[in-house]
Amino acid sequence: MSGWSLIRLYTIAVYLFLFLPVAAVVLLSFNSSQFGSFPMEGLSLRWFVRLWENDAIVRAFRVSILLGALTAVISTVTGILAAIALVRYRFPGKGAVTTLLIAPLLIPEVVLAVALLLFLRWLHLPKSFALLVLGHVIFTLPFVVLVVQARLVAIKPEYEEAALSLGANPVQTFFAVTLPLLLPAVLAGMLFAFTMSFDDITGTMFWKPGGVETVPTQIFAMLRNSISPEINALGTVMIAFTILLPLLGMAIARKMAVHRR
Amino acid sequence: MTEIAGKAVELGGIVKRFGAVTAVHRMDLSIEEGSFVTLLGPSGCGKTTTLRMIAGLLDPSEGDITIKGKSVTRTPIHKRNLGIVFQNYALFPHKTIYDNVAFGLKYRKQSQSEIDAKVRQALDLVQLPDLSHRYPRELSGGQQQRIALARAIVIEPDVLLLDEPLSALDANLREDMRVELKRIQAQVGITTIFVTHDQSEALAMSDRIVVMSKGHIEQIGAPEDVYVNPASAFVARFLGNSNLVAGDIVSRSASDVNVTIGGLGGLKVPLGRSRDMADGERAMVVVRAERLYLDQSEAETPADAVSLPAEITAVDYQGQAARYFVSVCGHQMQAINPIETHPYRQGDKVRAVIRGRDCALVPFEASA
Repeated sequence: MSGWSLIRLYTIAVYLFLFLPVAAVVLLSFNSSQFGSFPMEGLSLRWFVRLWENDAIVRAFRVSILLGALTAVISTVTGILAAIALVRYRFPGKGAVTTLLIAPLLIPEVVLAVALLLFLRWLHLPKSFALLVLGHVIFTLPFVVLVVQARLVAIKPEYEEAALSLGANPVQTFFAVTLPLLLPAVLAGMLFAFTMSFDDITGTMFWKPGGVETVPTQIFAMLRNSISPEINALGTVMIAFTILLPLLGMAIARKMAVHRR
Repeated sequence: MTEIAGKAVELGGIVKRFGAVTAVHRMDLSIEEGSFVTLLGPSGCGKTTTLRMIAGLLDPSEGDITIKGKSVTRTPIHKRNLGIVFQNYALFPHKTIYDNVAFGLKYRKQSQSEIDAKVRQALDLVQLPDLSHRYPRELSGGQQQRIALARAIVIEPDVLLLDEPLSALDANLREDMRVELKRIQAQVGITTIFVTHDQSEALAMSDRIVVMSKGHIEQIGAPEDVYVNPASAFVARFLGNSNLVAGDIVSRSASDVNVTIGGLGGLKVPLGRSRDMADGERAMVVVRAERLYLDQSEAETPADAVSLPAEITAVDYQGQAARYFVSVCGHQMQAINPIETHPYRQGDKVRAVIRGRDCALVPFEASA
């Protein structure tokens, strides 16, 4: 057996290890049996229906979507502004600002979570939904900044200079020229932020106020009691949501990028 | 501010420093209404920096910029009413040709019918009336160039600024666009400042050329003036192929200067710009390559010329003419001569004929 086929075999093994559990969850979510295990007895959507009828889960879904959407919007707006400052302007302390903006990427989320809580304690503020959003913005912002920055570097300043020379003021120039040219990156950044927020559990566990559950914390809570096949169904929905949404977004972004070249 | 009628742009003591580097040194320039002025020089001479200061894309460190009698030094670019054509056109890729050209008009509070009429007129002017629904990427380089020009002109700017607009085009197209650009400029009658490093573009298109080097103006003049009577060794070398040899001023009359060139003999050179040079002073004699005649016949030497033995050291064949590298009494020179039958070959012995009236004097420069 040659070296290459060994590597091929190894690669396949790694992928199986990574994705078999996911495939199992998806398969079992369509299992009609009461017990979430193989062999499957028959196909059924009953666990998805049960999911839909479960108030706690539906509520968690709403919270997750609202949280993700708010995080995406706030992160993207802030990220665009930060990227423009970092790419288009020179100012003292630029290096330090760049490092600080990217830092949440390098700091373990647990540390970040505890730090924010301690900070809040120091300010004598209670936990709140607003804090949860703030926390999510902190760890999604670096991704948005990086994505938008990369795109902005590729947009020549001449476009903006041309718009200014034609009489558009800086704000009009941003909306008429810079933003449309940035749109693919803005969309990608927004999707990143949404998906990361939707998926997050570590930070959310620390920051969420009492009584508020997101989908991941809800699953975690359910797992503590029993392993119901409902969880498989929920897992399938989550996978669909977090994989299909970015794929869709990237397809749109790519189509737009081709159109704009 | 001082108001001077007929001046479109005036630069008063403009200085631009980037940290410790001074890109433009105390520059004064005044540009007449309706004229085509070229800022010419090698890269790093400060020409683009100057243009960007006029445009408002850079703030001068010192000095004042006046457009149509009004100081604009503190005016932001979008309030200066200028048309700029960029090197890479900078057409908005996400907008149609129509929307690109109409862009400036939309910020000038004009009615839709006025905008329509002006866009159509501008597209007619650049002879591309049928492309309004296309996107920039669907156009050739030359077409994009014309649209960029239409977009800049349609707003009826006070001054048109062109930043090396031809350098991205290929050679043939560049010469066509040169003629086209000049035609449009003359037709609209717009004051134009053109930045280039290409001397042939500058000579072909300009009313006046501003030759720049290292942040200074070397010479300002009409193309012919700058070419025939260079003010410095730099200008002589930058425009065309010139031979520069050191000489001593012996005497002068009302119209001519007598110079002796070491090893080559004496020449009577027109006074030209060398008015303030004193007798006995060293100067550089400029001999244009196309005015250094190579000859193998026994024809008589004209009275005002010197005829010197020379040897061809290399030949650069160009079709209708050839550029010869010749050794003339120990001086390495270039000669561009038309080819009548056959070009000379390397090693040929010829006579180099230099006429005094074809030469010019510029101040002495040790490094030449």
